[in-house]
Amino acid sequence: MDFLYGTWHWAISGFLIGAIMLLLIYFGKSFGMSSNLRTMCSMAGANRHCSFFDLDWKEQKWSLAIVLGAILGGFVAYHFLENGTEVAINPETIKQLATMNIDAPNGKLVPNALFSIETMLSFKGFTILLLGGLLIGFGSRYAGGCTSGHAISGMSNLQMPSLIAVIGFFIGGLAMAHLILPLLF
Amino acid sequence: MKLFKFLIVGFIFGIVLTKAEAVSWYRIYEMFMFQSFHMYGIIMVAIATGLICIQIIKRKRLNDFSGTPIMIVDKERGFTRYIVGGIFFGLGWGLVGCCPGPIFILLGTGIYAVGIVLLGALLGTYIYGLLKDILPH
Repeated sequence: MDFLYGTWHWAISGFLIGAIMLLLIYFGKSFGMSSNLRTMCSMAGANRHCSFFDLDWKEQKWSLAIVLGAILGGFVAYHFLENGTEVAINPETIKQLATMNIDAPNGKLVPNALFSIETMLSFKGFTILLLGGLLIGFGSRYAGGCTSGHAISGMSNLQMPSLIAVIGFFIGGLAMAHLILPLLF
Repeated sequence: MKLFKFLIVGFIFGIVLTKAEAVSWYRIYEMFMFQSFHMYGIIMVAIATGLICIQIIKRKRLNDFSGTPIMIVDKERGFTRYIVGGIFFGLGWGLVGCCPGPIFILLGTGIYAVGIVLLGALLGTYIYGLLKDILPH
């Protein structure tokens, strides 16, 4: 069982993600995680004053089951399949992060500089997390999909709109990592 | 039982993304800084796997588990919504390093601060719903 620990090779991980998408196609569904956000807005009552959320969320229960499974999967992977050697990123990246006072991984999945409870409770930390979420939620619905719907599902079905969206993802992401993050940290 | 199979798919998805470290802010940052092949490898292999099998599905006109022919709906044509929406999404992805799937998975790994990202993402989705008719698509 040792092979389950440590970082999974990109080829195996990529193959499994592709396989998950195909399994959903076999189940008569499509792979897309951001539509759950819309469903959740409907469940919270957004349909009462906005027609975009006028949908029968019960028809999306299968997708919410995936969300629940994903949360459980994250729990199991983190608590039972880690051995502390994870997230061995490029030493150059660690040096760069240090210049922005962002802590090195040392086995952590995310930096304390963004995700510790202390950071979350600070004004700056809270604003960054909320703003990041706003951009993700707004952008994925505007573009009609996220990494799973466009980058994986759409690209493997040779969809031009998905290619345009993925180019957009990278313009935004590159601008953030190279230009904006150094101003924020 | 109908929902159970989706729960299992989600469970595997959560494990794979955690162990692939695609849920890691560090991996996303490293990807955008072009300092590692890891994330590019994952995305390319996932697309290649999908591409080959979707071609087989289409050419052999395969059925799904219930015997219905598999129909993969094409994305609506357009440009503005994909590029502009994509840039908004990319800015968020680069900032907090997680896309919608990983938001949920990270909650499971016990990173509770990601709850604020989820709250923001729900708000962002809601704002899009309100502005949908006046935004250029």
